Amino acid sequence: MSLHASTAAEIGRGLRAKKYSSVEVAKHFLGRIERANPGLNAFVTVTAERALADARRADERIARGHGGPLTGVPLAHKDIFCTAGILTSCGSRMLSNFVAPYDATVVERLDAAGMVLLGKTNMDEFAMGSSNETSYYGPVKNPWDTGKVPGGSSGGSAAAVASRIAPVATGTDTGGSIRQPGALTGLTGFKPTYGRVSRYGMIAFASSLDQAGVLAQSAEDAALVLGAMAGFDARDSTSVDAPVPDYAKGLERPVKGLRIGIIREFFGEGLDAGTGAAVRAAIDAFRKEGATVTELSLPNLPLSVPTYYVVAPAECSSNLSRYDGVRFGHRCKDPKDLLDLYRRSRGEGFGAEVKRRIMTGTYVLSAGYYDAYYLKAQKVRSLINADFRRAFGQVDVLMGPTAPTPAFAIGAKTDDPILMYLNDIYTIGANLAGLPAVSVPCGLVDGLPVGLQVIGPHFSEERLLATAHAWQCATDWHRRVPAAYA
Amino acid sequence: MISVKFFPLFPSGALVTLTRRDVENIAHLARLEITEAELPVYVSSLSSILAFVEQLSGAATDDVVPMAHPLEGQVQRLREDAVTESDRREYYQRNAPAVEAGLYLVPKVIE
Repeated sequence: MSLHASTAAEIGRGLRAKKYSSVEVAKHFLGRIERANPGLNAFVTVTAERALADARRADERIARGHGGPLTGVPLAHKDIFCTAGILTSCGSRMLSNFVAPYDATVVERLDAAGMVLLGKTNMDEFAMGSSNETSYYGPVKNPWDTGKVPGGSSGGSAAAVASRIAPVATGTDTGGSIRQPGALTGLTGFKPTYGRVSRYGMIAFASSLDQAGVLAQSAEDAALVLGAMAGFDARDSTSVDAPVPDYAKGLERPVKGLRIGIIREFFGEGLDAGTGAAVRAAIDAFRKEGATVTELSLPNLPLSVPTYYVVAPAECSSNLSRYDGVRFGHRCKDPKDLLDLYRRSRGEGFGAEVKRRIMTGTYVLSAGYYDAYYLKAQKVRSLINADFRRAFGQVDVLMGPTAPTPAFAIGAKTDDPILMYLNDIYTIGANLAGLPAVSVPCGLVDGLPVGLQVIGPHFSEERLLATAHAWQCATDWHRRVPAAYA
Repeated sequence: MISVKFFPLFPSGALVTLTRRDVENIAHLARLEITEAELPVYVSSLSSILAFVEQLSGAATDDVVPMAHPLEGQVQRLREDAVTESDRREYYQRNAPAVEAGLYLVPKVIE
């Protein structure tokens, strides 16, 4: 089997069995990036020298017998994670000159696990987008059809792993930004429980929703990487102080007896017929393996998107007020006074969608409108949370589609923000309630991948990973690679 | 002040339309320079976003406690008020657009 057709876990096993060295593995992937990235635009920065240095260290560690399951395995980080001494752009002109002075905790932990940094991946600007078209560095192409979007906001990470120019990559998910691109590119996209992974050094978008996770080829890879990056961090005040289970060990838990709930509201108008059929067939396969399936109604869930488009812009308008052109980031030329400095630095530094969200947030938080918009949205958020809580009183996991359609054409939805926002109609609920959720590939519709979404109660990562793993033991959708990158 | 007009087009809610002036005000509050060409685009898209989120007004939330945080019962931790970081000002200031003698430079504020 060729190196790039191997999962991260398989590469790790190959390294420990001395089938190849980490330096050989790094060179193989760097070569693939060099050939494929100009067509995909998945990477903002390729860190070739750093990768080789990391790989040499990993080889020494393995030679001493101190290698873990991820030691010497290459990865890519979404460009939202601070990497010391390396450009950390967040897909924005605002940070196109920002060299992070420190490592994010996620970066630090995966580095400590011995992973090899290939580079930083392209993304929607400040993680605001569902198609990777809002990036200052240009759109990312979907490896399954380069005329289509890879989804977003972690579109570069998704395209990199889907084209096997990186074995695995990190992502972040505020409203679906790991799961939706995972679905659109045929990957396992895992978003953990809010607070499970430290956000220290992860550039903030909407702080009550943001969470870091993984775009991987398999549930096993997601389990290994998540296990290495999760856990308490005193430097993140929302980090949860709870032990991290051995996710890889828990993968073999059987499906028999699993209580699955189908979310009725996820199969209504707007769902592409082929996608719906693939998702239903997958759920049916679980039933045949001994799971019980119940259809449930979560009546407030259809209000997820409007709730999100009050809460997320409100928090973003506050978080992004730090970009003022004074201490770091873009500064306009020849400001005539301080106000001019702020207005022009921000006006030039931010792209159209980021400005739209900052202004939406500014409006809903402004005097006289706070109660009507922000407070109202937080109350509806409570109702949505209560819907999930009731559902998890009856079932272990909820299932449905990840995205309403397969990947759409580049440019198809850029003129209509609402149409773009509706891509996240099935993913936003889990963010509002802080729940872990995973998208796993469950079929191809007209040659494009579609995803099955599995949502669980807080801290049910083990159960979700085992459910995804069971599906992948019985199917090979996750092994499909677009022909041009096989 | 920001003005908002309500048109009773939908029986379940109200349609919000922003004016040019509204968007200029919002942009000023957000310290964003918006060009002449961008203005009409934002007038239209911000209006449609506000109309879209209007559907929230139909939800019955009278006795509902607003949810500010996804994990119930989690409290913000406090730590000892002690110095835990070393002084790395010069290193951090490498990202600054203009510094002098360890200070960040901005245009003159007081004439």
